[in-house]
This record gives sequence, C-alpha cells and structure tokens, in this order.
Amino acid sequence: MATGDVKLIGSWASVFVMRARIALNLKSISYEFLQETYGTKSELLLKSNPVHKKMPVLIHADKPVCESNIIVQYIDEAWSSYGPSILPSQPYDRAIARFWAAYVDDKWFIALRSILTARGEEEKKAAIAEVEERTDHLEKAFIDCSNGKPFFNGDHIGYLDIALGSFLGWWKVVELDASHILLDETKTPSLFKWAERFCNDPAVKPLMPETAKLAEFARKLFPKPEA
Amino acid sequence: MADEVILLDFWPSPFGVRARIALREKGVKFEYREENLRDKSPLLLQMNPVHKKIPVLIHNGKPVCESMNVVQYIDEVWSDKNPLLPSDPYQRAQARFWVDFIDTKVYEPADKIWSTKGEVQETAKKEYIEALKILEAELGDKPYFGGDNFGFVDIAMTGYYMWFEASEKCGNFRIEPECPTLMASARRCLQRDSVVNSVPDPEKIVEFAFKIRKIYCV
Repeated sequence: MATGDVKLIGSWASVFVMRARIALNLKSISYEFLQETYGTKSELLLKSNPVHKKMPVLIHADKPVCESNIIVQYIDEAWSSYGPSILPSQPYDRAIARFWAAYVDDKWFIALRSILTARGEEEKKAAIAEVEERTDHLEKAFIDCSNGKPFFNGDHIGYLDIALGSFLGWWKVVELDASHILLDETKTPSLFKWAERFCNDPAVKPLMPETAKLAEFARKLFPKPEA
Repeated sequence: MADEVILLDFWPSPFGVRARIALREKGVKFEYREENLRDKSPLLLQMNPVHKKIPVLIHNGKPVCESMNVVQYIDEVWSDKNPLLPSDPYQRAQARFWVDFIDTKVYEPADKIWSTKGEVQETAKKEYIEALKILEAELGDKPYFGGDNFGFVDIAMTGYYMWFEASEKCGNFRIEPECPTLMASARRCLQRDSVVNSVPDPEKIVEFAFKIRKIYCV
C-alpha cells in the first residue's frame, strides 16, 4: 500500500533498524530503504539525526523521526487505521509494554553485549549469569503480558514483541560466541516457543538475517584481542 | 467508584517530582508516601521488584514504574484535562525524543556533578552544559518546550531545574550565563502551581546534596 513519501535509513544487521522495518511491515507501508555503508555515515543520516548521528531514522514527508522505540510508536500513531495496533489499547497495558521495552534496552541488551566485549573467562561467566537472570525476568513478563496468548501483545505481535524479538538474530550469534545456550527451552520455555513464533511471523521473516552472515559481521564489529 | 491513587516517592528526587507534577496538572487526588531509600518499604519492593526504585504510581492496586512512563500513563488515564503530550503523532515523537535525550545526555553528567569531584566532575560539567545548550537550541523562543503550553518535556526538565542551584553549588559554576533562555523557561516552570506544590525548597535540596556528598566522602 503506497502511503506517500517514507524512507528509512538503516542497516540489515541492526536490531534497532529491524524494529522500524517490522512496524512498517505490520502496517503494510512501502518505503525506500537507504542502506548505510558500514564504517561511514551518510550526509542524509548526519543531517536527519544531528543530535545522535545514529540509525534508524524514519523520514516521513521529509520529517525525521529518531530512536527505534519512538519510531515504532510513531508508525503506530501516524498509521493508526492501517493494520493491527502495535501498542496495546489500554493505558495500563501500554505502560507495562513500555516498561519492559525500556528494560530490554537498558538492562538486558547491555548484559548481552557485555558477553561479546568480555575480556577473559571470568568476565564472560559473569556476563552470561547476568543475561540468564534478566532473561528470567522477561520469561515472567511474557507470562504476565501474554495471558495465555501467543505474543506479549496477545494475538498479534506488538511493541514489546518487536523490542525484544528484533534481538533474536544477535541472541543466536552471542550464543555461538559464548558457546553457551542463552535462550533455554527448559529454563525459559515460554520465551523459547515465543521466539520461534516471532521469527515465523510474516512481518519478521524476510528481515531476520542469517546467523552465519551476522556472525561474520559480529567478528568485524567485536574483534577478539590477539591471543 | 473512586480511584485509589498512591505515589511512592522520595522528596528530593528529580524523577519522583515528575509524577507529582503530572498528577497535580490533572487535578488528581493522590496519597503521597515518603520512602526511606536506605530502608525500602515492603510495598515498594513488592510493587517494583525489578528496579526497587521510586517513583511508583499505584492506581487501584496496580503499579506503574519509571518516571516518564508514569507521566505518560497519567496523561492517558486522565485525558480530559491539561494534555501533557501533543495530539499530533510527529510532535509526540519529538517530545519523546527530547525526553529520551534528557534522561541520557543530561542525567549522566548531572549525576556525576552531584557525586564526584576533580577532573571527573570538570568533564561532567562540560557535558552537562553541552547537553543544556542543545536543549536550549531546541527550545528556541518558545516559552515552554511544549510551545505555549507546559507539557511532557517541560515536566521531564523540571526535575533538573529544581536541582540547578544544587548542581551549581556542587560544581562551583553557573548555568544562566551559558543558557539564559533555558533558565528563563526554567523559572516559568518553577512558578506553575503544580510545580510550586511539588518541588521542595531549593535550599533543602542543596543541603541534601551536600549531605550525600559527605556520606560518599566527596
């Protein structure tokens, strides 16, 4: 469905860019994807996000929107009559979704990333333990939010599904890097099953990068120190 | 059925004050409960088990946590009066962007100004002023970040405005010469009824800040 002038500045490997793309797919919005080259920042990116100089940036009718979770909310509100609601309808459920999405970024992702940047086995073990503890919180959050339904948002994927699910590609890459299962079928069974459902959602499937390709990119982004 | 609204809070908190202001902007009756952060109540630990932090808004027994999340919730539930977020999706996105900026780029150096000294504090002062200047540019010649109306971004900043004097005294510097129009907007915000009734006496905040610095041997 053509919906006017919509562009997205991003990269295939970025979790945060994926959030915006999933939201656009959910609303069936066609857009021009402007792929950034690794290692450089385009003039358009610098002009559209002068404060942070980061992707994703959604440009809608020449007006830029920055920060992935803010972009997802914007897409939901600007195209509210298109497709399913991304945020829950009740204020309390919205507050819970926002709380956990912030937790994903501020606590869970920081722990996940510290596995990749850990120096030595002790640091790595501590980072893994932190991720496991925080994933456990997310398992409980899923049980509370989903209320027996397939997704955090209920019958359809929504804001919190997108916030966490976009990490699933990198989640696998970090598992391989750490040689340690980080999404355990026995420890967090609900999240485990949710992950498969999320990845198979038609709005997500075409966007999830291949693990091997992402792992190769990760080695560039997080080079290991010389032994 | 009457709403039961309880706010778990801590009087000098720049985050707690945001919730107080939002509730008063909406004319919501609420019960304020002071928390001792060195001896947190069982209710706080039960209502915010993940972060164990204030503010927590408990609305008819259900908790909402994280200050700007609380403000957004208050705006959505009591939507009949004084809208805090604009109605236009693009302007809402802009308001959310600037609140995110405040809670990362202003918070981190502010916290260091309050709790460090020497070179670390000097660097923090530079970063803090830089962030305030970016905000001042965004404010432009508007009376509030919300335009003609006090809103979401102004509420977020008021937590820092009430700490301006304490920041200046902790860091031995002055904000007004660097950011005169932001300071003018700050004064405007600090005069609003909802804010006057929510923020403590700035001298008490200065006293509190120095007490904390002493405890942390700064």
